[in-house]
Amino acid sequence: MNGRDLSDPIMEMYLFESSQLLEQLETTILDCEQAASFSAHAVNEIFRHMHTLKGSAAMMQYMGIAEVAHAIEDLFHFIRENIEQELNYRLLSDLVLKVGDFIKEEINKISFGLHPEESATSIIASIKQYLDELKQAKDSGMNAYQARIRFQNDCEMENIRAFNVIHRLKDISRSFHHDPPDLLEDEKSIEAIRKQGFHIFFESDKSYQEVHGFFMETAFLEQLELSHSEHAQLLEVPAVVEADDSVELPDWPEEREIQGKLESSSRNAVISVSVSKLDQLLDLVGELVIAEAMVSRSESSGYSGEGTSFNKTSGQLRKITGELQDIVMSIRMVPLVSTFHKMRRVARDMCQKLNKDVDIRIIGEDTELDKNIIDQISDPLMHLVRNALDHGIESTEERAQTGKKGSGSITLEAKNTGGYVEIVVADDGKGLNLDQILARARENGLLGEQDVNLTEKEIFGMIFLPGFSTKERITEFSGRGVGMDVVSRNIEGVGGVISVESNWLAGTSITMKIPLTLAIIDGMNVRVGSANYTVPTTSIKESFKPKLTDVITDPDGNEMIMVRGHCYPILRLHERFHSQNGLTSFEAGIFVMLEQDGKSLCLFVDELLGQQQVVVKTLPRYIKQVIHREGLAGCTLLGDGSISLILDVADLMGTNRNRGMQALAHNR
Amino acid sequence: MTEQSTFNSAYEEDAQKDKFLTFSLGNELYGIEIKHVIEIIGIQTITEVPELPDFVRGIINLRGKIIPVMDVRLRFKKPFLEYNDRTCIIVIEMKGTSVGLIVDSVSEVLSVPSADIVPPPEAGGGLNRYIQGIGKSGTAVMLLLDCDKLLHDHEVERLLLAE
Repeated sequence: MNGRDLSDPIMEMYLFESSQLLEQLETTILDCEQAASFSAHAVNEIFRHMHTLKGSAAMMQYMGIAEVAHAIEDLFHFIRENIEQELNYRLLSDLVLKVGDFIKEEINKISFGLHPEESATSIIASIKQYLDELKQAKDSGMNAYQARIRFQNDCEMENIRAFNVIHRLKDISRSFHHDPPDLLEDEKSIEAIRKQGFHIFFESDKSYQEVHGFFMETAFLEQLELSHSEHAQLLEVPAVVEADDSVELPDWPEEREIQGKLESSSRNAVISVSVSKLDQLLDLVGELVIAEAMVSRSESSGYSGEGTSFNKTSGQLRKITGELQDIVMSIRMVPLVSTFHKMRRVARDMCQKLNKDVDIRIIGEDTELDKNIIDQISDPLMHLVRNALDHGIESTEERAQTGKKGSGSITLEAKNTGGYVEIVVADDGKGLNLDQILARARENGLLGEQDVNLTEKEIFGMIFLPGFSTKERITEFSGRGVGMDVVSRNIEGVGGVISVESNWLAGTSITMKIPLTLAIIDGMNVRVGSANYTVPTTSIKESFKPKLTDVITDPDGNEMIMVRGHCYPILRLHERFHSQNGLTSFEAGIFVMLEQDGKSLCLFVDELLGQQQVVVKTLPRYIKQVIHREGLAGCTLLGDGSISLILDVADLMGTNRNRGMQALAHNR
Repeated sequence: MTEQSTFNSAYEEDAQKDKFLTFSLGNELYGIEIKHVIEIIGIQTITEVPELPDFVRGIINLRGKIIPVMDVRLRFKKPFLEYNDRTCIIVIEMKGTSVGLIVDSVSEVLSVPSADIVPPPEAGGGLNRYIQGIGKSGTAVMLLLDCDKLLHDHEVERLLLAE
């Protein structure tokens, strides 16, 4: 019955819709938890989401999901009817999140063509149990109260008076207990009541006012504190907790990690687009059709000599193509909201486990990024948040010692800077320890002898090297030293740059600079020998014909050039890529000055061919298997159908330095 | 619907069974299983990619799709032969990777039942890595290539290169 084809549009829709609902559900729950209450609106929303989930799961005949959703729906139906009732929001949100996780996992399984589990009896049982408790409380009309009574100083015989209160309490309450427990036999109870007051926990069907009035009748009453207490304190909490534990998935963090990976691989099937964008697109296509007709007509009517009409129409065509490109790109852009909100969930779960108190602040969640890129950075972001929570933020006691406020804070910020989006993960934890990083780098042999004069930035950069972890012990969340290098690799994979800033004891902030989109870049086409290359225009500073007198060669054979008093290394592209018949004389060719990450480099090429927007295509997988990051970011097709290779500027700079070092080693 | 598609794929499988596309390199005849072959095209402008092993000639633009091309002659350490109008690129696909194989010329599709295939001789090393068997069809004898090894066996090469 579940043997549906994954490409089935109904199936596709189901998967998409369900995962979206789950995301919304999670956001709602987390919002409620932050506000420490479930508003009527939120309860309605959760109810609706669960109802939809149940309905569609039943339609697809995934009974396991439908049953769980049904149980939660029942629960929220009850809550909706009895909205004024006191709720244990923590327990409730735990339950709902657990159900969300269960459904998410099932949906993942389905999307991989596996059979979902048939039922989740344990989760349903714990939901039912909670519902029963609520119902019980409701049926008996019980409200739980907590009261503290202080008697007047000189009233004497406090224990007898307290006993009297309890005796009277029996009229309005069936279940109660009090502290101190033994009033008449124990001599010390008088002392205790004098000092701490007399505590009573009880349930009653009377309203707050009535109960308050009841206590005010007590003789010699000095002070009364009466409040609603949480059900959990009176009712059998341990049973519920136990039930929860049995539901808990074993090896939870690992599973999540796998889930994350699965998600990113399967999650690009469907994207929701605003209708106005589609309308714009349609308008543009309409214009395009007309412009195309105009161009072909002006061509077929013959070149009348002055060629103005052809120029005009082709100009129009170019304009429309440009707009078309913009709008298609904007369709692929998705706000970061859901990615950021996923982090809230990660942080919440970790806080509970690690017993830390952390606020997550989110800034600029509306910033938009290409859908593909968002999928790529969601894993790294999770790693960074986990790291910040686990390593960065200290425990509450440590924080108190260093004079910080008890709860830590992690800030997730996204902002647009030109063609890039900057995503910052900042915490106010203990920061990175420079000496510790250096020591660890030496230990692992990551640091050669020549690396003595490293800048702070370069040292912090070392945490991104594979196998590097300063954490002594491996926790379940992080510390295996595989996190950070994966993060940096993923970020570099989408053409981004990652950097760290940190102040010892004051916090760490990690900045990821990510290109808005991968698909189209501005490029400068250059020629070397018979080959064409494309250099991203963003990294070009200038191009110039050199004077031979400005070129210097150092004893190791490295060539450099003086430009306006600054000395830049020269990279001969033909030499770097071993291409035949490239120009070798500096006078015949041209220099292109590249700048990236504060480093500069002069690239020597034969000729500039012109600037053009190019569509980036990745190199075939087969090629990438053979060569690893050899100064190429991808390739593109030029107007005449030939292929041009896109240079990876950052990589070229890196290899240039290595080449120098190799030459150095060789000369010795 | 499911039944139908299983039927179809079984049928296709059956139709492709024991069929080999043969091509020549110098005097020898080679065969590759027809199920890997996507299409055969004439020689195209090849864009060189730096730092590749010499047998991978570069990449070509096949209707907007970028695929790498490998010169099978060079792969088998035979002398390079200048490309002419008989030279063909056989586009094959293995486990989602498309690669073009440059060969001297393509001959025909032959049916070689498994009874007519013998394992390659033990001795010889080298080339035998890429040969999964030797097939007979009429009087012709051909070397049947193991596409998977042909494409994915550069771990060894890389080690050799590094040395």
